[in-house]
Amino acid sequence: MTSISPEPASRADPILSLHKVSKNFGAVSALTDIDLEIHAGEVVALVGDNGAGKSTLVKALAGVHQPTSGSIFFQGRPVTMNGPSDALDLGIATVFQDLALCENLDVVANIFLGQERNPWHLDEVAMEVRAWTLLNELAARIPSVRDVVASLSGGQRQTVAIARSLLLDPKIIMLDEPTAALGVAQTAEVLNLVERVREKGLGVIMISHNMEDVRAVADRIVVLRLGRNNGVFSPDASNEELVGAITGASDNAVSRRTGRIAEHMASGKNST
Amino acid sequence: MTREPNTEAAAAPATLLDRGDSRVAHANSVGGAISAFFDRVRAGDLGSLPVIVGLVIIWTVFAGLNPVFLSPNNLVNLLFDCSTVGVIALGIVCVLMLGEIDLSVGSMSGVGSALIGVLWVNQGVPLILAITGALTLGAVIGSVYALLRTRLGMPSFVSTLAGLLALLGLQLYLLGSTGSINLPYGSGFVDFGQLLIMPAWVSYTLPLLPGLAILSKGLRTRAQRRSVNLSAGSIGALVFKVVVATVVLEAIVAYLNQGRGVPWMFGLFVLLVVVMNYALTRTKWGRSMTAVGGNAEAARRAGINVRRIYLSAFVLCSIFATLGGVLSSARLASASQQAGTGDVNLNAIAAAVIGGTSLFGGRGSAWSALLGIIVIQSIANGLTLLNLSSSLRYMITGGVLAIAVIVDSLARQSRVSHGRA
Repeated sequence: MTSISPEPASRADPILSLHKVSKNFGAVSALTDIDLEIHAGEVVALVGDNGAGKSTLVKALAGVHQPTSGSIFFQGRPVTMNGPSDALDLGIATVFQDLALCENLDVVANIFLGQERNPWHLDEVAMEVRAWTLLNELAARIPSVRDVVASLSGGQRQTVAIARSLLLDPKIIMLDEPTAALGVAQTAEVLNLVERVREKGLGVIMISHNMEDVRAVADRIVVLRLGRNNGVFSPDASNEELVGAITGASDNAVSRRTGRIAEHMASGKNST
Repeated sequence: MTREPNTEAAAAPATLLDRGDSRVAHANSVGGAISAFFDRVRAGDLGSLPVIVGLVIIWTVFAGLNPVFLSPNNLVNLLFDCSTVGVIALGIVCVLMLGEIDLSVGSMSGVGSALIGVLWVNQGVPLILAITGALTLGAVIGSVYALLRTRLGMPSFVSTLAGLLALLGLQLYLLGSTGSINLPYGSGFVDFGQLLIMPAWVSYTLPLLPGLAILSKGLRTRAQRRSVNLSAGSIGALVFKVVVATVVLEAIVAYLNQGRGVPWMFGLFVLLVVVMNYALTRTKWGRSMTAVGGNAEAARRAGINVRRIYLSAFVLCSIFATLGGVLSSARLASASQQAGTGDVNLNAIAAAVIGGTSLFGGRGSAWSALLGIIVIQSIANGLTLLNLSSSLRYMITGGVLAIAVIVDSLARQSRVSHGRA
């Protein structure tokens, strides 16, 4: 499947690869036999309809959920993540869709949550400086990092969550709907940031419903449908192809092709 | 918001790192700090304000009804009484920070005092070992609550309610048929609980420490922030704070010294409050406590070991409860079946809530135990001076607790609508 990737063989081994990962919640199979590879310096977009299993996959990679079966390889070694701290230790940072911020803590405390400098005597000044540096890199508009997160808008919270993921110099960043709550300028900033992160040689997994954003930054587009892999596309794939794979109008490359030809002929007939 | 030009902030390199946003008004002077304080209060960020207002009202009323109430010696007595239940309230603050509760602190303290009686007086175990044994039992009980909460998902409300009965039974079992063990008068332990007062020079020196600490910490932080291009508060506001704190504390001590003076036991209580305040606000553990209380799932995803945080809170709470029982046995010079029963439980919880620790988790401070217990004991003490029966005392204390929780709920709603947590 990855052979559709624009630069398949030229890259070294993937940082992260999944092999036949499944996750069941009781009788529901949220993920079935998922295969996925992320290389260094690559942006992989994960798209799919609601309920396709994108967020479940991200949570499995973040250590929030443990896969029912299948294996995850990080830098070639098989890994099991029993909790979010395992994923963080490996270098997998996640920005969750629900952001997972503590509203009763201020911005600095949220960015450094679990990673505070100097555990027995918190170094507030150093943490505040680092927080401002991270936020300025994101061109963030946070009035004060000493405000509690409850007082911030949705976009500001998103920026805080992204800044937090960058704190640990991760190898892979997963962004679950990073631009959903953002304004035009902030969306552009986040996309710039994604590209900057890629240039630094990190892998990025990005979930988005916005095809424009996906196409703007992704190197590969992986489609999930009903918890299964449903094709890998390059960013210049047409909207019809993507939408077809997302909605299930087609199930494999062959039917996708025939479907496209049929569609093409149908539209040709209509136009004449 | 996104259309607002940002040129001036970006262009001027001299802009402080945290003053880049021109939309925000910053308080730079003493006057600014005061008006910022009023804005905070209006938004529902009340801090210690309700308890201080409440204290002033209560003291005014009782002083009007019986002038003895404000006499130095009565206040010294008040401080002796505060220390025992106050230590228990300090533990309650820990569990309330997580949005949990421990209803068994009264029984736990009763077991603590019973153990002192049995081990020290009856068995002849050295006092220090008896105290250590009692505190260890407290730690064990606390970890049982934490395990029930984290492994079995048992609400702490229920597990500690069960613990309340079980521990009361243990207390009765330990004390046996006699029902009461007298501790020897004249021993250092009982003197500590009833008589020992700081020498004048110590009591006048100690209140200087907070001011000095605020001043040195403030100046150091200022220099640090300056050096990394962050805004630093004005020296005027800092000095103002130091002067007010020192003058108020010295005035209180001077007044108490007209009577017997400042009890060592109260000093121990304040020391514990200061240590807990440091732990809750300046350490990674304290930050994790606040985070778990605010949003446990977010804390878990940030890599915090949530179970260990629950464990630490419940263990600390039970240890403080036991220590409170040990101190109260010294205060009463006896370990009896009545120790820790009655209103001890509710007073400790009420003190933490009245002092400003939220029942909903994620908000609280060690100081709330100190302030709250002074309110509670003032009511108890004042009503006793008026020769009112305990029936009325219970009703009035219950009413005050209800008011405190109402204030907490209203302030919380106001914070939500003003975008503060």
